[in-house]
Amino acid sequence: MTSSFLHPSLILIAGALLLPFIQGPLRRPYLFLVPLLALGAVLANTTLTGNFGLVDFLDWQLVFGRVDKLSTVFALIMALMAVIGTLYGLHVDRAGEHMAAWFYAAGSLGVIYCGDYVSLFFFWEMMAFASVFLVWFRRGPNSLAVGYRYLLIHTIGGIILLAGILLRYQSTGSIAFDLLDVAHPGLATWLIMIGFGLNAAMVPLHSWLPEAYSEASFNGAVFLCAFTTKTAVYTLARACAGMDVLVVIGVIMALYGVIYAVMENDIRKLLAWSIVSQVGYMVAGIGIGTDMAINGAVAHAVVHILYKSLLFMGTGAVLYMTGKTKFTELGGLYAKMPATFFFTLIGCLSISAAPFFAAYASKSMIITAGFEQHLNWAAWLLMFGATGTFMYNGLKLPYFLFFGSNRCSEATWDKAADPTWNMLVAMTLGATLCVLVGTAPGFLYALLPHAVDYTPHTVYHLMETLQLLGFAALAFFLLKKYVEPVDRVCLDIDWLYRQAGRGFLWLVRHPLQWFDTAWGEAYRVVGLGSLMTVSRFWSWFDWHGIDGVVDGIARGVRALGGRVRVLQSGQIQVTLFYVSSLAAVVLVTFVVSQLL
Amino acid sequence: MTTLIAYLQARLKTVVTICLALLAVIAATSLLIDTHHAHTWAEQHVPFFWSLFGFVAAALIIGAARWFGGSGIQAPTDVYDRTLLPCEEEE
Repeated sequence: MTSSFLHPSLILIAGALLLPFIQGPLRRPYLFLVPLLALGAVLANTTLTGNFGLVDFLDWQLVFGRVDKLSTVFALIMALMAVIGTLYGLHVDRAGEHMAAWFYAAGSLGVIYCGDYVSLFFFWEMMAFASVFLVWFRRGPNSLAVGYRYLLIHTIGGIILLAGILLRYQSTGSIAFDLLDVAHPGLATWLIMIGFGLNAAMVPLHSWLPEAYSEASFNGAVFLCAFTTKTAVYTLARACAGMDVLVVIGVIMALYGVIYAVMENDIRKLLAWSIVSQVGYMVAGIGIGTDMAINGAVAHAVVHILYKSLLFMGTGAVLYMTGKTKFTELGGLYAKMPATFFFTLIGCLSISAAPFFAAYASKSMIITAGFEQHLNWAAWLLMFGATGTFMYNGLKLPYFLFFGSNRCSEATWDKAADPTWNMLVAMTLGATLCVLVGTAPGFLYALLPHAVDYTPHTVYHLMETLQLLGFAALAFFLLKKYVEPVDRVCLDIDWLYRQAGRGFLWLVRHPLQWFDTAWGEAYRVVGLGSLMTVSRFWSWFDWHGIDGVVDGIARGVRALGGRVRVLQSGQIQVTLFYVSSLAAVVLVTFVVSQLL
Repeated sequence: MTTLIAYLQARLKTVVTICLALLAVIAATSLLIDTHHAHTWAEQHVPFFWSLFGFVAAALIIGAARWFGGSGIQAPTDVYDRTLLPCEEEE
């Protein structure tokens, strides 16, 4: 490693390996210190530009420390998230949970800083294998199965990515992790994009996300919501910027996530669907590919990590204190969890792009970039999705969780209270950053990869947003009974499998069964009848023809034998009589023939 | 804060009236602002454009989600635990 560059992943990995040996009163300071040191390393690296941490491996040169504006902004937010996430779970005693989270963060930072596909793949897989423990550590009845499914999907994604990397290496001889030829994408480009896209939860490769994130431990979800999808957004921004298909995929993600979040009954699954939707904005921005769009995607990734982690902290506090996550088992909690309500509300306003809250500074950049590129259909649909975001996250979540009907059981209500001090401090930190970014986005814009010529604080943008949110809220309260949570689960892409299965079953039970019956009947009437007639003929022929010939010869031989047997009586005088008679006949015949 | 919320909840009608009045003010104000930087014709020429957009979009999303859920996407909570297919259950 070059002396000036300090890789934050090394700090996190070393810290994780040493963690089991740090016990007692030193544990909590140590937990806080390690991610803080990683953040310090990232801050120190911001002064650098270029490639560091060059390692020769086989025929390749691996780059572990590519420092530029794009990697720096993502590394900063990921390292900050490691601090906030660890602080939130500071009271968790199980060292394994912290180790998994740190390895996971180390994987993410490794991907962000790497400059080649070999080290990228190594850190990519580290993320997958570390993060699954954050699901398993929930130790719920479904955690193990959900974790295995999560791992399986990410392993498949990893294989697709590896196939793309190998094909690209075969055709170009390069392992450099740079912008791909998105104007003329070959198979390698498609495979790499799909590999990255699976981690970004691109529809239809997204089903792992709502399932796993809603099943994760209360603090594990805070890490999960930040790292995997946003690291994938980083890789897409680095390798696939300007790839047209990403605009379409991004818009589909934005709308698909909205519809499912509106239907969802589980508060953390609602947030997971929200990730699919919000990452859709980033993917669309990357697909648009202009400087403003990339800036918007990156800015939205940064603020998304802030407000989404805040929301997962708020709902995680509800889970941690009450053990419940369903709207139909909660409600009216503002009175018992006022601080949690306050911080969650800031998260809700931030994701809704309410004026002076986080996403106000980022989402409109992507949409404006869409309009400027004359992709009006995409920009309008993203605006439509933004209204939906406010509906499910700005209104449905806080209303049915903290207000609305109180559906808590007596035990749930008794347990409900604001969580421990460290969880509140982490939420305070997240909420403060959400407000700070929304009100004074200048420091965020300064970190973006391209020069920013955009200000969100215009009168027009303010009035546009107030109208949009205000009248969407009016529609929500007028139509509230239609979004009332119900205790049902939402089928996802598996609905298609189920429909396909039902279709196959119908095919087997009706047309195929009918054909089978008709064929059987036809065979019985035509095939079997003909066969019996033919069989009867051959039976007759065998009996009367073949057997007749064979038996006739036998009978003839037997009859001749009988005659011969009569001739041979054994009496000499009879024999002499037959011989004399035969000789006389022969003689007479000879004489007559001579005379004639 | 809980006291403030309880206070407002006790005067819900007044709160609703104030909110509706605020919405009216926001909508009316939108007529006064400069729209020449807007990206599309609709934003520039349709009065109360974003008010209408917000209301209609929210109503459409609620309708779409309800239709989607009712068409079989929302299933009983034990749907993944069922081992018998519907046709087998019938038999």
